[in-house]
Amino acid sequence: MNRRQRSAASRTAVAALAAAVAVTVTVALAQTPPGTTGDARRSGYHDMGPALRAMQDDDSANPAMLWVRDGEALWNRRLGAAAKACADCHGSAASMAGVAARYPAFDAQLGRPVSLEERINLCRTDRQKAEALAGGSRELLALSAYVALQSRGRPIAPPDDERLRSYVAAGEALFKRRLGQLNLSCAQCHDDNGGRRLGGALIPQAHPTAYPIYRLEWQGLGSLKRRLRGCLVGVRAEPFADDAPEYVSLELFLMRRARGMTLEAPGVRP
Amino acid sequence: MSSVLVNAPRSARRGDVIEIKTLILHPMESGFRAGANGTLIPRDIIERFTCAYNGVEVFRLALSPAIAANPFIAFSTVATETGTLVLRWTGDNGFAVEETLSIAVE
Amino acid sequence: MKGAMTSPPDRPPPTRRIFLVRATQAAGVLAMGASGVAMSPAAPASATPDSLQAAIRTVVGSAPLRDGKVTLDLPPLAENGNSVPLTVSVDSPMTPTDHVRAIHVFNEKNPQPHVMSAVLGPRAGRAQISVRIKLNDSQKVVAIAETSAGDFWTASADIVVTLAACVEEPS
Repeated sequence: MNRRQRSAASRTAVAALAAAVAVTVTVALAQTPPGTTGDARRSGYHDMGPALRAMQDDDSANPAMLWVRDGEALWNRRLGAAAKACADCHGSAASMAGVAARYPAFDAQLGRPVSLEERINLCRTDRQKAEALAGGSRELLALSAYVALQSRGRPIAPPDDERLRSYVAAGEALFKRRLGQLNLSCAQCHDDNGGRRLGGALIPQAHPTAYPIYRLEWQGLGSLKRRLRGCLVGVRAEPFADDAPEYVSLELFLMRRARGMTLEAPGVRP
Repeated sequence: MSSVLVNAPRSARRGDVIEIKTLILHPMESGFRAGANGTLIPRDIIERFTCAYNGVEVFRLALSPAIAANPFIAFSTVATETGTLVLRWTGDNGFAVEETLSIAVE
Repeated sequence: MKGAMTSPPDRPPPTRRIFLVRATQAAGVLAMGASGVAMSPAAPASATPDSLQAAIRTVVGSAPLRDGKVTLDLPPLAENGNSVPLTVSVDSPMTPTDHVRAIHVFNEKNPQPHVMSAVLGPRAGRAQISVRIKLNDSQKVVAIAETSAGDFWTASADIVVTLAACVEEPS
């Protein structure tokens, strides 16, 4: 396919997807939560077939554990000008239990919220006197997967921190704002149509219960930020810059939206 | 950095059938996909996996590009004697990774 | 709707873009089960039932292929064709005189029909292997076991491979 055909095909695809979404949205009926009583929120885990749930459940079969193992090695490796390992300050990684369940958190020094990945990098630059790891790098994913694993089975418990309030509100506004050429908000897919199908694919409710996730589509481990970027491309919006504050705001809002749901990191998703 | 995850019992009774589950980090690039500029991404796969038990090959697998990225392979062997299991993955571009497990057999 | 579930054998597997167009033509997008996973526009013609048979013959030769003894465990529906768990087990005592020598897996519509071949013997204790495979479309998967007696046994399974509806960042 040459470039012109490609761009024509791409326009067709946008039109087709827009049409598909339009159909989905128009025939959308009132959502019936599973079980009907109580909490209608649902982790993407429960939307997967038994084969993929088994892949996540068995640590010797879950490919994300390849990264976790690397993360464990990194946790104990002395590096940087300070020649310190994570373990030198924090001791056993068990001390990280619950941390992934409450992040992003407000950093007083920076005067803004930081994600778990950014916190890991702040430790690297401030304490270890080492270079920050690139976003999406294997090492950063490995460390965040290892830290997140320590909170597996715990409920998501975002702090009631006054200083976070405006960021959470910004995240919620962003979640509800229409974006991109398809002019769709996160809420239109994941609140209004979560659990319904778009083409052959199920629209999840978008709860960040399992990050970082091993996504079969990626054939690798990826962060929530990568997932958000994928959604932005999906609605044909220009993704925010890598260091844009929008990502952490969205994450703050999503964690509150998922408050009390069980962390299952590192998860497997289609 | 380690790129292999192996799950196997460290000890067994003689005659037990033990299951060995392995994961290895590898893209398994099929050679049939086009990159961003439209040209094919060259094939880069693991072609072969073997397990030798005290020097004797007990299992071998030939992999085609249809094996998923980060290959998972689970197979079994009979615990015959105390010793080592040598797992070996080899493939395109000189890829070769070896992992040795020891097993105590009573 | 049923026609959109699988691509006809005389046509190349649909690309994601063609899929989207077809899906819209089919109008009832919501009920769509599955179609092809996007392969590159430059991807060669896929394997066909004929090339599948030819590949099987390279392993089996002219020996008869009988149904039975082999269990092919494959989910009926894969949410993503990039990694589909597959287990083949064969009913065999796995003794020095009566065992499975090899287990082969083939597919119908990937660019190549061969998926894997395992060589095992009585020291395996159990004739079973699990791997994860890539499937670029809904199709048939075939497992074949070769016994120490030189017999060939087979089982096959049909699988529906669904496709992500959202366009993603290029990998």
